[in-house]
Amino acid sequence: MPAATPKPTESVTSATVRFAGDSGDGMQLAGTQFTHTSAIFGNDVSTLPDFPAEIRAPAGTLAGVSGFQINFSSRDIHTPGDRVDALIAMNPAALKSNLADLVEGGILIINVDEFTEANLKRAKWDHNPLEGDTLHAYRVYEVPITRHTMEAVKPTGLGAKEASRCKNFYALGMVFWLYDRPLDTTLGWIDKKFSRREEIAEANTLALRAGYSFGDTAEMFSVQYAVTRATLPAGTYRNVTGNQALAMGLVAAARLSDRPLFYGSYPITPASDILHELSSYKHFDVRTFQAEDEIAAVCSAIGAGFGGALAATGSSGPGIALKQEAIGLGVMTELPLLIIDVQRAGPSTGMPTKPEQTDLWQVLLGRNGECPLPVVAAQSPGDCFRTAIEAARVAMQYMTPVVILSDGFLANSSEPWKIPDVDGLEKIEIRHAVENNNPDGNFLPYLRNERGSRPWALPGTPGLEHRIGGLSKDDRTGNVSYDPLNHEKMIHLRAGKVANVADSVGPQPVFGEPHGKLLVISWGGTYGPVRTAVADAVDAGKSVGHLHLRWLNPLPSDLTEVLDSFERVLICEMNSGQLQLLIRGRYCLDAAGLHKVQGRPFTVAEVAERMDAMLEGQA
Amino acid sequence: MTAVAPTAKDFKSDQEIRWCPGCGDYAILKQMQKVMADLKAERHNTVFVSGIGCSSRFPYYMNTYGFHTIHGRGPAVATGLKVARPELDVWLITGDGDGLSIGAGHLVHTMRRNVDINILLFNNRIYGLTKGQYSPTSEVGKKTKSTPMGSLDTPINPLQVALASEAAFVGRCIDVDGKHQQEMLKRAAAFRGTAFLEIYQDCNVYNHMAWEYATDRKIKAENIVVIEHGQPLIFGAERNKGIHLDGLKPRIVELGNGVGVDDLLVHDETDATLAYLLTQLRYPDFPEPVGVFHAVERPCYEKAVAEQIAAAREKKGEGDLKALIHGGDTWIVE
Repeated sequence: MPAATPKPTESVTSATVRFAGDSGDGMQLAGTQFTHTSAIFGNDVSTLPDFPAEIRAPAGTLAGVSGFQINFSSRDIHTPGDRVDALIAMNPAALKSNLADLVEGGILIINVDEFTEANLKRAKWDHNPLEGDTLHAYRVYEVPITRHTMEAVKPTGLGAKEASRCKNFYALGMVFWLYDRPLDTTLGWIDKKFSRREEIAEANTLALRAGYSFGDTAEMFSVQYAVTRATLPAGTYRNVTGNQALAMGLVAAARLSDRPLFYGSYPITPASDILHELSSYKHFDVRTFQAEDEIAAVCSAIGAGFGGALAATGSSGPGIALKQEAIGLGVMTELPLLIIDVQRAGPSTGMPTKPEQTDLWQVLLGRNGECPLPVVAAQSPGDCFRTAIEAARVAMQYMTPVVILSDGFLANSSEPWKIPDVDGLEKIEIRHAVENNNPDGNFLPYLRNERGSRPWALPGTPGLEHRIGGLSKDDRTGNVSYDPLNHEKMIHLRAGKVANVADSVGPQPVFGEPHGKLLVISWGGTYGPVRTAVADAVDAGKSVGHLHLRWLNPLPSDLTEVLDSFERVLICEMNSGQLQLLIRGRYCLDAAGLHKVQGRPFTVAEVAERMDAMLEGQA
Repeated sequence: MTAVAPTAKDFKSDQEIRWCPGCGDYAILKQMQKVMADLKAERHNTVFVSGIGCSSRFPYYMNTYGFHTIHGRGPAVATGLKVARPELDVWLITGDGDGLSIGAGHLVHTMRRNVDINILLFNNRIYGLTKGQYSPTSEVGKKTKSTPMGSLDTPINPLQVALASEAAFVGRCIDVDGKHQQEMLKRAAAFRGTAFLEIYQDCNVYNHMAWEYATDRKIKAENIVVIEHGQPLIFGAERNKGIHLDGLKPRIVELGNGVGVDDLLVHDETDATLAYLLTQLRYPDFPEPVGVFHAVERPCYEKAVAEQIAAAREKKGEGDLKALIHGGDTWIVE
């Protein structure tokens, strides 16, 4: 084809693209590649992978649709984007389940080859959307992606099945052209990934280039979009998902506290990747243990913690429910333990691949007896790294189990992460008991220090032999005790110790206005949409502040003053009001709530709309 | 540490023992303290882990490190401890309820992994701590508080569970037979890998005399057969009876009248099939074997974990945190 005249370029601040296709179409891969390229190009990036729990639902069905959304911007962004500017629909099912999210006038690239009678029927279309006016509100580009891909890879001699598998790279190439992205990052990845299968590498390369050239030369696309580099803080960056960051954070915490990491876990979506990541870090003295069940996973970690390892277990809601009795043992014996809960939509099996924040009550209140423990929630994929280290520090310094809350969205979505300076990370100083602390007799395993914490005396230490267990125990000696007053005293001592954690956590700063009409509170993964909505509101001169709570227990010691500084309070969470109830109860405050329990994150618009309604006195 | 050799007394903790007077657990505790002293065990390097139940109070009475965990989960706690600290001597105390009912899953997986710990299952065929319900080893028709018309479920055979779980060491002994029990405890202590030892234990309150046939001096010689590697199976007060194998069917034979020791089954600890066959010898049809049924060394789990770590370090070098977090594609923003 002759080189066409260069097409005009339109500059935009940010764009949101979604690749959608069958779960066998390689959409997660296309999305990941687009993310890497955009991040390395210099945009700020936020992603939302969305895939079915079924490994391979029947091809072409609605249940089998897999999507990957990327928001990339020349500005600082915190969310994967509310609506989609460009949708790539690889089949009728993908079109059907994603069309509602495409903005009016948005770009819609359709693989027409898959719009057969049978596929339309599988996707439950009662008509062919390519005919009639179903799509009249969008800029539709009908491209024979499958056929073009087959032609492009013909020189490699691949069979039809393998050849057609390259169509995700063709689609990716087209979108690379559309947003003026360089190809080199993906080309480099293809070479490395398929170094042992040259014909596959060549085919994918040909498909990628063909897609790009099609955008460039075909008369179809009239304009290219440019999203310039973001001005991010200086430093070295990489893309990271929440699960990756959490795994690295655990390894870092083990290093900083100079001990092996023990991770006991049972496979469960969406937490399994933490186990996978950690099992490849054995050279860091990481001891992963795939237990026979969730209970064994947490119990093995308790045993390892007793032995002096940095001990962690990870799961999702259903698994946490199974672990609760053992977590109570950790609280009762006062051993350091990290419990990672990558929350997913429940109750019961729920929607395993979809995020919610519905485990807050479970981790705070879901055990027998009075059983408090510190709870911290990560706010973004990269933040999982810092959160793991912070939680480990608290667990070992206060001798207590600590829950780390993540969710399915944070776990799998990625963002550019400014890599911290390893040498600048503060050591976690732990002093194990080595000498008898009792001049009058046997070692006292429950003698407390100024934090309210007890000594961590490891088996193997001569002279400190002692017994611990789940029975009520005497203050100081730890011997079994049924004394009523002692029992109550120990409950208060343990609770007081957990409350003391607030001292080392410190106050939580308010973003935006320090006082005024409306305080918006978020926790965990709702940080992104809330921060974006509040930042926009502050820019527009509205009297709004944002308080993001990292620690859900204990709550910041200055929270009363912060709450009192605003006329109204709005708590945004992906549940029906779990934090809201706690804040209302503890602070006797009529806090409003914005709730969403759909297995997907808030959009910025949802938060903004509610804020505006409250500011205008309409809600 | 200790200049003088330890005595059994050194292994007694300062805690008052809370088992019912006459409980079989006392006898086991006494033998364990004696064995610890005989083996010159280091108190600080010894850990007793347990679950829940009468037997699981055991760690409180040993002057070593101890962890009284939750119902059935002792094996998982012990596994984590041993993986974190392979140099410690870890003993797990469990019972027929703790180990074979609520914690059966953990017991099975610990044995198949072959974690180097010693598991003592005190079998009294009853729930004692909860005051007398039938247990997974109670005989069919057992009348208890929860089964006034008799229990319906077929009992489980602890040794068969162990063998089916690929346990590397499987043995049985009796609470009141101190000398034999000491031998068994020493064999278990010396064994590298999971050593599973069932101990017939009398609950003198809720299931007294459950093991009378195996403990009453007047009749026990007819009802138990002590098995030893390489030795023929001979029993009886007069030591005039033996077990003969007729094809795969065991038969009791009397020695004499043309039947000699050469006609008897000879025990082989390394033969898992034979071990299983021996577990099927049950009173009253047969004398019940006590001793080591099976013992075959195979790689220990915690050792294999350490070996993988060493291999990973050999291949990739000591983990470098900086390299780890800089992994993947990076770019610099100036």
